[in-house]
Amino acid sequence: MNVHLKPSRRDILKGTGALVVAFSLANRSDAFAQEAAAAGKPVTLDQVDTFLAIDDKGMVTVYSGKVDLGTGIRIGIQQIVAEELDVPLANVTTIEGDTTLTPDQGPTYGSQTIQMGGMQIRQAAATARSALLDQAAQRLGAAKDDLAVAEGVITAKSGGGRVTYAELIGGKSFMLKVDPAAQAKNPADYKIVGKPIPRRDIPEKLTGTFTYMQDFRVPGMLHGSVIRPPAIGATLQSVDESSIEDVPGVVKVVRDGNFLAVVTETEWAAVRAARELKATWSKSETLPDQAKLWEHVRSTKIVTDDVTSNIGDSAAAMATDGKKIKATYDFAIHTHGSIGPSCAVAEFKDGKLTCWSASQATHNLRKQLAMMMKMPDADVRCIYVDGAGCYGRNGHEDAAADATLLAKIMDKPVRVQWSRADEHGWDPKGPPTLIDLRANIDASGNVTAWESEFFIPQGAAGMVDLVAATLSDRPVVGKLAPGGIVNDSAIGYKFPNIKTVCHRLETTPFRPSWIRTPGRMQNTFANESFLDEIAAALKADPLELRVKYTDPADKRGLEVLDRLAKIAKWEKRASPRKDIKGNVVTGRGVSYVKYELVRTYVGVVADVEVDRTSGDVRVPKVYVVHDCGQIINPNGVRAQIEGNVIQTVSRTMKEEITFDRGMVTSLDWASYPILRFSELPELVIELIDRPTEKPWGAGEPTAALIPSAISNAIFDATGARVRSVPFKPEKVRAALRSI
Amino acid sequence: MKVSLRVNGKSQEIDVADPSTPLLYVLRDNLGLHGPRFGCGLGQCGACMVHVDGRATFSCVLPVTAVGDRAVTTLEGLMEGGKPNKLQQAFIDEEAAQCGYCISGMVMQAQALLNKKPNPTDDEIRRHMEPNLCRCGTHAAIMRAIKRAAVA
Repeated sequence: MNVHLKPSRRDILKGTGALVVAFSLANRSDAFAQEAAAAGKPVTLDQVDTFLAIDDKGMVTVYSGKVDLGTGIRIGIQQIVAEELDVPLANVTTIEGDTTLTPDQGPTYGSQTIQMGGMQIRQAAATARSALLDQAAQRLGAAKDDLAVAEGVITAKSGGGRVTYAELIGGKSFMLKVDPAAQAKNPADYKIVGKPIPRRDIPEKLTGTFTYMQDFRVPGMLHGSVIRPPAIGATLQSVDESSIEDVPGVVKVVRDGNFLAVVTETEWAAVRAARELKATWSKSETLPDQAKLWEHVRSTKIVTDDVTSNIGDSAAAMATDGKKIKATYDFAIHTHGSIGPSCAVAEFKDGKLTCWSASQATHNLRKQLAMMMKMPDADVRCIYVDGAGCYGRNGHEDAAADATLLAKIMDKPVRVQWSRADEHGWDPKGPPTLIDLRANIDASGNVTAWESEFFIPQGAAGMVDLVAATLSDRPVVGKLAPGGIVNDSAIGYKFPNIKTVCHRLETTPFRPSWIRTPGRMQNTFANESFLDEIAAALKADPLELRVKYTDPADKRGLEVLDRLAKIAKWEKRASPRKDIKGNVVTGRGVSYVKYELVRTYVGVVADVEVDRTSGDVRVPKVYVVHDCGQIINPNGVRAQIEGNVIQTVSRTMKEEITFDRGMVTSLDWASYPILRFSELPELVIELIDRPTEKPWGAGEPTAALIPSAISNAIFDATGARVRSVPFKPEKVRAALRSI
Repeated sequence: MKVSLRVNGKSQEIDVADPSTPLLYVLRDNLGLHGPRFGCGLGQCGACMVHVDGRATFSCVLPVTAVGDRAVTTLEGLMEGGKPNKLQQAFIDEEAAQCGYCISGMVMQAQALLNKKPNPTDDEIRRHMEPNLCRCGTHAAIMRAIKRAAVA
């Protein structure tokens, strides 16, 4: 393996790191960055240069396809690189989600950033380090294994000179394939990975100096706002432009099919004009009656069945004698609810499009914008700029499409800032999920069969069609993309007969997409609640039942359950508790998952207080034990777990979109309430760090457990089983009445 | 029209095309202050919060022409000698931000409380912070930060 130190195309990029970063954070079409693009920096996953550059001052630039959505993975990735290369952490900066400069490592979703993206980058760094050591060995006339690296300086342990990374490679290309066999550092030698190193963006966010997508501007830019149809599928009949004559700063009313927008000089003018523009639309009623949503889901045509596990013969086992249990669970339609509505800026120059977006998937966005505009992918560049929290495929891509269409029509850069109603009304939704479960328990109290059926829309992750493309009748992919929602429909418990089937539905009421823990949350809600129903039928301790049916070889899983029992001071007994009396009663519930059956282990105990008259449920305390293998930054993992718990308490207790036959009606925070400070649970979190194991994701797994832990706790407190998210007081009251 | 505003201790005259423009847009677009943010435009989330004569106020629903001679303070205006003030520093020390989009409003809301009551109880903090929404679930860290500033 040789490092090619001859002058190369990289030389064009003098001082790569600093300059490119300056571009990315500064404003616009910087000549240098265009040059870099033209010079053809590799972005394929097999090249070291794809991921890393070291300039002549020893500054390291990481090119990451995974982006920081406010989760803190930026510092995590930097820690991985600084550790692997042995350079000062302060010398490492990152460029993220720029389709010209960064590789397509897949969208930033699925708790994959560190686990998948970070490990690709680690391997590139390990390859680079090894190659640099080879080169240094030659230069210093020393054996490779006699070399040590500290702070980017290579020395021979036996003495005899030193050479820096900057001297070896500064500003030049590695021209090297990522070596899958390159030896990564021994975790025992870690100095940076595993440490609670503070994020760099937080001081900027606390002083108003951080640039969010919503703050991003380019010179000569106009503001656009889209006037949405009052009902999904409605067609535009007429527009009365005179209705906004008195709004100062209106440049143009744009009408393109059913895509109706105003373009203005100022942001406020766009808000006002969009609000005040009078338009008439056809009547459209495409949605089911919300009161009959679950009948609608159950009667939707099934296009295919995905059997996600089939062990033994569950039908035969169900037919044998025994106690039969069955239950149906449902989980409401959710919106993403980012605090900052989606925003994007687009600009056409010489027939090429640049779009700045907070998209979690700029490479996919590029393809979609290219498709919409009938342009080659190569003529579209999407650049990630941090936005407000993003928990899946929300409205960012759609705002990008709005801005693109308007920029094309206006031949000027256009910024589109969605309104709150745009966001609540038009972001793609977490689809409604309906689940039937059955189990059989034999005379000796063994669970002999487990069967489940999930009624969920067809499709997988992919591209969620752009609203602007649909409204303007431009090309779309035209397939549902709800995310990997079959995950965690199968279970890890060792019952002898199991069959889990996902009925994939032809349609679902809203454009579906993935929202944090997609499918896994809904499916685990049903699985882990129903397991509790089995425990109750057996009069068994629910935590002990989980231990009983966990593979005894799965030591990490068993350790999580054991440590959970300890930190929660779990009292062994069956649910419901025997001493229920008074109006306000308390209980606790447990839930456990090995995420997607193959990665992060989490156990949760939730405490609840239930007002038996009003049906109000409080969640005063939540305990979490979490094993995601090697921890890169414990602060980051802890923050993710806290966010998972708090956001999912909100989703579980409060959240449900409302709609009439035409459109979403919960268009603000009053009609779609989320958790507030008075509802904040106390959190007790125990992290299990396993430095010698693979790092796994932490952005989603804990969330999968919260609905079931709370449902189980309500049952423990009251004897009433709540099987429908959200657990609104009226549902809790109904469950109490049915005891 | 010209509007006079006193923002972060500095009086200035601003040209506003539309008198109905909310204070938020003037702060962000005319004065380049990016602490206050657009979240809902309805006074429902708190991302836009600033102090108006010391009171935590939703700047997204306050017309700039209604501010008058009242003093406006944004996140940037809390800085002391170019450095984060005690509360901002407590948020930094506790890493009390995930995406951080809500955080300017959180700080402004909490600062209003600490100005009146330097040592609030947990319940008082929760009650006071009730109007402000966070979606990332940073609430626990925000509570820690406010308490840290209160006792510091």
